[in-house]
Amino acid sequence: MTEPTLSVRDLSIVYQARRGQVQAVRNLSFDVERGEAVALIGESGSGKTTVGLGLMRLLPATANIVGGSIVYRRHVNGSSSAGRETEVLKLQGNGLRQFRWRECAMVFQSALNALNPVLRISEHFADTAKAHGYLSGYRQGTALRERSWRLLSMVRLDPERVWHSFPHELSGGMRQRVLIALALLLEPQLLILDEPTTALDILTQRNIMEVLKELRDKLGFSMLFISHDLALAAELADRVATVYAGKIIEIGDVRTVFRRPYHPYTIGLIKAVPTLTSDKSSLVSVPGSPPDLIQLPTGCKFHPRCPLADERSQREEPALIEVEPGHHVACWHWTHAREALKSYQAETQIP
Amino acid sequence: MSEPLITLEHVTRTFTVKGQTIKAVDDVNLTIPEGEMLCLVGESGCGKTTTGKMIAGLLPTSTGRILYRGKDIATIAGNDRKAYRLGVQMVHQDPYASLNPTQTIYDILAAPLQHHRFTRGESETKRRICQLLEIVDLTPPDDFLEKYPHQLSGGQRQRVSVARALTVLPTFIVADEAVSMVDVSIRISLLNMFARLKDEMGVGVLLITHDLALAKYFAWEGRIGVMYLGRLVEIGPAREVVEHPQHPYTQVLLSAIPEADPEATRAKQPIKLRSADMPSLLRVPSGCTFHPRCPVFAGEVCEKIVPPLKKADWGSEAACHLVQAHES
Repeated sequence: MTEPTLSVRDLSIVYQARRGQVQAVRNLSFDVERGEAVALIGESGSGKTTVGLGLMRLLPATANIVGGSIVYRRHVNGSSSAGRETEVLKLQGNGLRQFRWRECAMVFQSALNALNPVLRISEHFADTAKAHGYLSGYRQGTALRERSWRLLSMVRLDPERVWHSFPHELSGGMRQRVLIALALLLEPQLLILDEPTTALDILTQRNIMEVLKELRDKLGFSMLFISHDLALAAELADRVATVYAGKIIEIGDVRTVFRRPYHPYTIGLIKAVPTLTSDKSSLVSVPGSPPDLIQLPTGCKFHPRCPLADERSQREEPALIEVEPGHHVACWHWTHAREALKSYQAETQIP
Repeated sequence: MSEPLITLEHVTRTFTVKGQTIKAVDDVNLTIPEGEMLCLVGESGCGKTTTGKMIAGLLPTSTGRILYRGKDIATIAGNDRKAYRLGVQMVHQDPYASLNPTQTIYDILAAPLQHHRFTRGESETKRRICQLLEIVDLTPPDDFLEKYPHQLSGGQRQRVSVARALTVLPTFIVADEAVSMVDVSIRISLLNMFARLKDEMGVGVLLITHDLALAKYFAWEGRIGVMYLGRLVEIGPAREVVEHPQHPYTQVLLSAIPEADPEATRAKQPIKLRSADMPSLLRVPSGCTFHPRCPVFAGEVCEKIVPPLKKADWGSEAACHLVQAHES
């Protein structure tokens, strides 16, 4: 068994706001195995983007990592044992610059704004290489161009057309693919993708998903998706983690979580998304709205919205426990949640 | 048969961009009966939003007519004009931008009520506002009256937008991507709210969306229209369009949609397009505009002749030369 590429342990991040401290991420732990794709799913304000930015150490000045550890392990090609370990939270200066993009790259949310409007695509690649000390000196010119063009064709773009273009000359889907190629420039072993398909059209989304699948097969990097889109997770992830109020409340193999969810929130989310084949009556929305991260509810943070909440849920926050191999859930009522919610749904169904 | 509420006759809308003319909407014909739940779906740039805006009277048509209860909205005057303006309301996509941040919910809802004299005096206005807030599930209403939009979540703001549209007792609401910016867990409750408006107040809704699964759910008893590059390429009963799509474009779209079910979505076989990129509106292909990408492209007829919408199987109408005309 090889060691995971990324191990996040008890990570806590707070934002300082005028009204108080925003507890965006609370004691969050998970691993990304070598070559694995993990999806963090959750709604706006669940803290999932903060996790992604925290992993890259790109948090804004108002944010503070108050605890935990992020360990990254570089794997040496061909060997099953892990290479050197890096504690990401201790990195500084040059070490941090090396870690970003060489080890772990990110495709940011909203492809439309992530590229510099006054730079050509070729200059984006040159800048990235320069900033992270890749292919320095005289070799840079042709070698960089060769590698960039190969990546651009891998994301199904025509390098000749794109190379000298400005971002505004490309469509949203093309820009998103440029960003993916750019992220892979320094051969990172971990790719973080924040909402990679949001705001794109269906056919473009499909194209991006296929590009990502192909790249992963060819290059073998690990991926961490951050998304509210359950369909993206269902399509691309090996494991899925549901995030609520800054904590993982359920994590497991993608098929198991979608087939046998145990947490009432995960059950609710899956039932709230209409699919092409689902019947009208099978859809139910989750009542209420996400919690205020400054004044979190007591006990289980989901209890104000949970039909199964009892006195214990209000008092104590449940820990993540393993309910079947590889499937962890944080709920006091996991044993009977699915059954109980079924009868609850029948009672409240709008005719 | 009763008179249709809204009729679009050969509606075309062009825009001039840097001296070049683009056709955002091209010869759309549509009849909407009273109280219908209708969805327009398509990718960005297909003209669905422009169509919605023309129906709501926010954009004039370039050629063609839109009729409201049989009267052309471009020339409608007097009481009929007022009835149309009040009768068709729009709910915009972004609930963060469509509400005035300096006004309380009470102010936002009181303005149209008082301006159009639906209520007289403070106490009556307040009573009516509370009623409206209850209709859109913002309960208890007293908690919301003095709040400002920034104190509400996206879903709650969208409910306020709907309540505002309801102040003037409309017969039809155009909802442009009204649920795409709210969290997934509450989308369904917003859609259910629209369904209730129809059942209880007879309000018809045109939902503009890019999500076919959502469209099927929303227009369960109604219709779905699929648009591509300004043209309506297929329209029919919602479930039939999703389960038995007739137009190749609809088939491609449906095969491409990722589903929130790992088994189903990985078993899907997306239909391959002949070209992945959407043509620019500046250079719209000749004949059937889908022909350069169409998986069942059949040569000259597709390149030269614009296919009209015609009756196909399963109650749909499709604009494709290869769809067999259905004799009824």
